[in-house]
Amino acid sequence: MSLQPATREGWRNVPASRGVLSRSTAPAVLAGSLVAGAVVMSIVGFNWYGVALLAFALNLVGIYTLSRRVEGSRKAKDRLVTAVISSSFVLAVVPLVSLLVTVVANGWHRLDIELFSSDMRNVLGPGGGIKHALIGTLLITAVAALMSVPIGVLTAIYLVEYGRGRLSKLVTFLVDVMTGIPSIVAGLFAVALFSIFLGLGVRIGFGGSVALSVLMIPIVVRSTEEMLRLVPHELREASYALGVPKWRTVVKVVLPTSVAGIVTGITLAIARVVGETAPLLVIAGFTQSTNTNIFSGRMMTLPVFVFNSFTQPGSPRSEGIDRAWSAALALIAVVMLLNLAARLISRYFSPKTR
Amino acid sequence: MTISTLRRASSAAVVLTLALAASACSSNSSTTSAAGGASTTPAGSGAAISGELAGVGSSAQTSAMKAWAAGFQTAHSGVTVNYDPQGSGAGRAAFLAGGNVAFAGSDSAMSAAEQTTAKTRCGAEGAIDVPVYLSAIAVVYKLDGVTDLKLSPDTLAKIFDGKITTWNDAAIAADNAGVTLPATKITPVVRSDKSGTTANFTDYLSKAAPSSWSYPAADVWPIKGGEQASGTSGIISSVSQAAGAIGYADLSQAGDLGVASIKVGSAFVKPSADAAAKVLEQSTKAATATGNDLAFSINRTPTGDGVYPIVLLSYHIVCQHYTDAKVGQLVKDFEAYVISADGQAAAATQAKSAPLSAAFLTQVKTAVDSIKVG
Amino acid sequence: MTTNSVMRVPDPARAAAPDRLPSRRGDRIFAGTARTAAITIVVILAGVSLFLFVTSLPGLSGHNEMTQGKSFAAWVAPLLFGTVLASTLALLIAVPLAIAVALFISHYAPRRVASGLGYVIDLLAAVPSVVFGLWGSTWLATQLKPVYAWLATHASFIPFFKGPASATGRTMFTVGVVLAVMILPIMTAICREVFLQTPRLHEEAALALGATRWEMIRMTVLPYGRSGIVSAAMLGLGRALGETMAVTLVLSVGGGISFNLISPSNPATIPANIALNYPDATGVGVNTLIASGLVLFVLTFAVNAAARAVLARRKDFAGANG
Repeated sequence: MSLQPATREGWRNVPASRGVLSRSTAPAVLAGSLVAGAVVMSIVGFNWYGVALLAFALNLVGIYTLSRRVEGSRKAKDRLVTAVISSSFVLAVVPLVSLLVTVVANGWHRLDIELFSSDMRNVLGPGGGIKHALIGTLLITAVAALMSVPIGVLTAIYLVEYGRGRLSKLVTFLVDVMTGIPSIVAGLFAVALFSIFLGLGVRIGFGGSVALSVLMIPIVVRSTEEMLRLVPHELREASYALGVPKWRTVVKVVLPTSVAGIVTGITLAIARVVGETAPLLVIAGFTQSTNTNIFSGRMMTLPVFVFNSFTQPGSPRSEGIDRAWSAALALIAVVMLLNLAARLISRYFSPKTR
Repeated sequence: MTISTLRRASSAAVVLTLALAASACSSNSSTTSAAGGASTTPAGSGAAISGELAGVGSSAQTSAMKAWAAGFQTAHSGVTVNYDPQGSGAGRAAFLAGGNVAFAGSDSAMSAAEQTTAKTRCGAEGAIDVPVYLSAIAVVYKLDGVTDLKLSPDTLAKIFDGKITTWNDAAIAADNAGVTLPATKITPVVRSDKSGTTANFTDYLSKAAPSSWSYPAADVWPIKGGEQASGTSGIISSVSQAAGAIGYADLSQAGDLGVASIKVGSAFVKPSADAAAKVLEQSTKAATATGNDLAFSINRTPTGDGVYPIVLLSYHIVCQHYTDAKVGQLVKDFEAYVISADGQAAAATQAKSAPLSAAFLTQVKTAVDSIKVG
Repeated sequence: MTTNSVMRVPDPARAAAPDRLPSRRGDRIFAGTARTAAITIVVILAGVSLFLFVTSLPGLSGHNEMTQGKSFAAWVAPLLFGTVLASTLALLIAVPLAIAVALFISHYAPRRVASGLGYVIDLLAAVPSVVFGLWGSTWLATQLKPVYAWLATHASFIPFFKGPASATGRTMFTVGVVLAVMILPIMTAICREVFLQTPRLHEEAALALGATRWEMIRMTVLPYGRSGIVSAAMLGLGRALGETMAVTLVLSVGGGISFNLISPSNPATIPANIALNYPDATGVGVNTLIASGLVLFVLTFAVNAAARAVLARRKDFAGANG
């Protein structure tokens, strides 16, 4: 090696572009690593995970040494990080995609009209659907969102724009505590709360909304707070300088600037609670029939349906399992639509700056 | 006003979801049910009944309850039977706590203390255990090349106690003369949750193999460590995943897994509905059972041909006297259906349970008929 | 809520609003509404805490059927250990991954691809935990089984991989991976959103000074998003600690305190233990289970408080801009 340690240190002050690797070098190194990995693994015993692991290591070493020789250490580090980040992305996406593929592949063939048009009342064996669970999930989650979003967003506004002193500290602290409520405890809390009014052994859809709200509020507050804090103070100051009162500044300047992030946060919060099983199991209960009244009687929800169909598939076993996968797929589809709506909304409302 | 546009934004999302709900809802068969039940006509045997009948309890009964609910709802279209398969203990607790739950499903009969509590819940006459569901617990295994495993109670106990660790152990070989057993390691898989299946299985081991099994009957697996899985589904999928695994689960869920024959007396018996039903003929009422209560103590060491002793007997716990006539009539009519030949046949088809014998059902019918309404 | 005092607060986050302006009434109403919302949270949490404390009290003495005659502390210790171990594993795996994935989406991937990728990951936040549990107990456990067998033979000198290897793959390590995958979407989404908020000027300034892309990220994006990363990690931790169904379905419980990640005998986690035992719990057993919920609650709070403290010390670097 012609590189001297002293020279290496000296590169810190040298512009990064000493020499430049061509655009095709990085893909070429990656391809080479993959081939090398495959070759080595087919000698010692073929295994896809081994290939991936080996190729990953080879690629890192390869691109770093190459870039270091041609472009210098700073650029080499940059390339190394790029490779690590891209590999991490692939690594993270593998299980996520495998999960999604599993759900779609298993849920696909029971995704028919009957699944959405019928419930499980008097259904034994084949057929039946998730109508009751879909309605239950939509109603319970919608009511939960109606309760948590205003409270959550306003609290975040309070914390960022107004809050100071003891109340603000207390609320921040309590929101932290709330993120730690195990979902099953939220459910048990709802049971205890509604038992006071409606007697022991109560099962009610609205109770599910309350339990979900307890889980949802801290997420909405946390994410909204984060987004509001990122709004540059120059914007607020500019607004004040123009004589705009504080509340109109918040409503007209701060919120629109951060609306995309806030809406994403809300969607995530909904997505987070819509798949909750444990609290709904204990408070919203379990039924095979459709119930559209959230304030009376048991309500089925999709996660509970999925859980129950998996753990108690009945016979024939395959019918129950198929329904469970389809219900899980339907749940993802609901969230997908919500997400889409949220994206459209945030695009529509956010200021056109970038 | 962006705060209101924000609200409008979130409510737009809500409207979207509601529209979705509405489109999914073709409300011809929707039944809005009210807790407690509301009947339109005066209650009376044979009269039209309606309302919600709510039960909570044993998950072992889920499949059978589905069949019973469907049969009963078909006969009485105004009735909705809701059964929460939360667990036996939860069922008994919810039933004893008050009026929102009309009956409990339970894998074990009420304890003496619970019978006392029942007097507060139901009035001086208390509550009774009505046996409604009998099912065989199969010992399932996954061992390539071995299709018909035979096990004596002592071998079974030693396997689950970790005393026998490989499949080619001399004790297993002695039970399976002429079968080539592999040297695979044995992985016993047991339930991680509280369960009536575990209670019955450990009860069997403690009575049929007292010299090899030193633990009492318990609804939580008594030995620390080892492979554990939650629920019958968990046992089935764990056993299917590991070569050399063995577990216990309801016969109806055994699927493709091997099912072991168990030594009873001098013969090996494969679990079946018939073999399970026979064990009741040799069992006696439990010491706690008084009056119309039909709590049973299963005979784990029966004699005779084709009797399978690892069974689970599950009860419905109902009040002896319902002061609320509407709920009472619902319960009484429902239980009458459950213990009818039709009801038992429906459960046998759906849950692969063992239909209770005619002689036994006569006994149960007396108990159900004794339920007072109003 | 007087705006006068705002004038004296130097913190730019509560930037000075003009003092004498016509619509002070609007300000009062708006501030009042926001304040009411904040107070509502205090009330809700007071309710939950009250419920937790009151129902926990009879269980805290222990020595009952649920604790199998042990004291409450001796009973809850392995559960607490299991919870912490599973969540720590999950965070160790998920935090670097979430940051990397978020950076990939916000700063590396072509923009058109990026929004699609972000979308897919958001969707996964909605997969019910039951499905994660099933995926973990069937697919993932089977994939990891040979890895455990290898580790037990070749790396058993490391306490984490002491073995014996589980025959089904339902181990603490599998749970850690499942939890990591579960919390990844929500953490990635928050990090991504925060990274995208980095002022364009900062980034461009760094690049103009000749920084490479990584140097730019290290100098502008990461410091700017630090509080967001911590927030994301806290939310992820909250979910990992409280996750019930997935752990219940995946973990083979029944062991005591042990750092062995690949054996079939693992300590349960607190929420999984509640789910496993609640259905059949009666009397004081229920109180004992809820008391274990209280322990979890206190734990999460302590972690959160610590994170807040760390953030507060670094406030000058993290949230500031301008």
